[in-house]
Amino acid sequence: MTPDLLSRRQLLMTGAAVLAGGASARAHNGKVHVMIENLGFQPADIDVKAGETIEWINRDPFAHTATVKGGWEVLIPPGKSATHVATADDTVGYYCRFHPNMTGRIKVVA
Amino acid sequence: MKTHFAALAATCLALSATFAMAADKPTDPQIAHIAYSAGVIDVEAAELALSKTKTPDVVAFAQSMQKDHEAVNDMALALVKKLNVIPEDNATSQALAKAAEERRTELGKLDGAAFDKAYIDNEVAYHRQVNGALETLLIPSAQNAELKSLLETGLKLFQGHQQHAEHVAAGLK
Ligand SMILES: [Cu+2]
Repeated sequence: MTPDLLSRRQLLMTGAAVLAGGASARAHNGKVHVMIENLGFQPADIDVKAGETIEWINRDPFAHTATVKGGWEVLIPPGKSATHVATADDTVGYYCRFHPNMTGRIKVVA
Repeated sequence: MKTHFAALAATCLALSATFAMAADKPTDPQIAHIAYSAGVIDVEAAELALSKTKTPDVVAFAQSMQKDHEAVNDMALALVKKLNVIPEDNATSQALAKAAEERRTELGKLDGAAFDKAYIDNEVAYHRQVNGALETLLIPSAQNAELKSLLETGLKLFQGHQQHAEHVAAGLK
């Protein structure tokens, strides 16, 4: 299977997971995935447990960030992915520092 | 300072007039040329900024403009090649280039905090103008669906740049 087909399949699976509802952005490996495509976080709202890893997968040719005002920041280079391990106080809104019209939310659930 | 604001106002007026003058709907080859030119202008402004400023937020902004506009222009080049469209120079592109050259000359005379403020204020105004043109003229006029879709991505990107510039401007005060 070519890498291209593989990523397309992953994308389809993620799409299906999004349709199925909130917390199911999580994949088999326990990470919670957020796709970045066309200057948007998908899904924009995620539920995570403290200690879980959030992975942003940037499919844009532009660098983005996940930035919490007055808090942490993750840089996600074009075509790359980056992670953040959720802590108990990570019920936050975040945005992209380079394109602040891109916003997302994280809710820490028990 | 007074001359600077006068020049900035003149640039804004020139830009508004530029897009207002284009009463006729631009064709796809003209739209491609206008969008590409608008990107090149902002890359050149970023290069000027990177040669002049050391303010971290302004440097980060300029680097982002340089990379993003180059990336979206690469997408535009790939698309026109695929569609066999040859971008066509036109009065709007020429007026944009002329206004940008005047702006660059003005900015070139400034240094330090005065440069930072003038550059970022210009970036806010420039992205606002380009976004207005994309929304009201370029996107509605585009005939090819893929070109329209790329312009819509460009609009989201440039709206993001405008907000980023506004955040940096607020931080400079
Ligand atoms: Cu971004």
